[in-house]
Amino acid sequence: MKTFITDSLFFGSVISITAYEIGIFIRKKTGLAILNPLLIAIILVIACLLFFGIDYDVYNDSAKYISYFLTPATVCLAIPLYRSLSLLRRNWQAVLIGITAGSMASMGVILLLSHLFGLSHEQYVTLLPKSVTTAVGMGVSEELNGIVNITVAAIIVTGIIGSVLADFVLRIFHIEEPAARGIALGSSAHAVGTAKAFELGEEEGAMGSLAIVISGMITVVFASFFAGLL
Amino acid sequence: MKYLKQMWIILLISFAGEALRSVLPLPVPASIYGLLIMLFGLMTHVISLDEVEETGNFLLTVMPLMFIPAAVGLLETWSLLKPIIWEIAIIMLVSTVFVMAFSGRVTQTFIRKRAEKKKRERKEKDENVYH
Repeated sequence: MKTFITDSLFFGSVISITAYEIGIFIRKKTGLAILNPLLIAIILVIACLLFFGIDYDVYNDSAKYISYFLTPATVCLAIPLYRSLSLLRRNWQAVLIGITAGSMASMGVILLLSHLFGLSHEQYVTLLPKSVTTAVGMGVSEELNGIVNITVAAIIVTGIIGSVLADFVLRIFHIEEPAARGIALGSSAHAVGTAKAFELGEEEGAMGSLAIVISGMITVVFASFFAGLL
Repeated sequence: MKYLKQMWIILLISFAGEALRSVLPLPVPASIYGLLIMLFGLMTHVISLDEVEETGNFLLTVMPLMFIPAAVGLLETWSLLKPIIWEIAIIMLVSTVFVMAFSGRVTQTFIRKRAEKKKRERKEKDENVYH
């Protein structure tokens, strides 16, 4: 049984997709934002590997074929961005200033808190790209020599926190303009936040998608500068 | 054949992104170069939307799956995460709430300022008509 799994080319992909499908099913049944399908899938796969005593390397040897498509998929983020460009025409200054402010604030707060908690440089750069979309954040963490697995987990949990707290934060801070709501969610909680933004409305969702890509690019440009500060 | 050609374009752009990444000395992932090439191609109509749309949408829909292997890698790095888990939890909570509030407020302030300015201009125009 063990050698069969070790030699299998499909074990990792099958277990990952199965876990994700279960996650989607649970989300559909309950409708709770905290039961994010991706989070459920990750917990299920980890639990399964621990339970059967399978090494991560064995799993990853056959699961890595899924990750192979990450770069092509990230390239395709240009498609929704291109579609929402027409929305930029109205209020483009406000939108760009808002997204830039969000990205800078994210890295600034992380710098400040990391300094306060006395985190090491490696720990700090691991967290630095945690508000941007996973594909970009992974790339940034890798370029800065962060711990990529922890970055990915931090990004996913950030998305879930953002989506769960969205209604509360938007109400407390009186953020009422649809475009501003979309940007708030997209800049702070990337794709998971944007999924929440689509629930609020079409314009919120489109602005969220725009914020994902633009904040990703701003983070790519300024992350190495921020990385030098701690 | 349609899907094959779409996949070919997307992989070709990914490959071009990798090439740029190896030539340019910037800390930018290959995927971001690829994203910019794709966006530029669409904006200049060198690539039309129907040449990439279906395959692109499919890849975007299944993208969350692609993060599972990396996140499961936490199994290996758990020992590095464990001693700072509370610090990380606080950083995540504080920064997410702050960024949401800040970017939302900034955007809203600028949108409303501009709307007010427009209203004022229109009012002035109307007054000029009446005089």
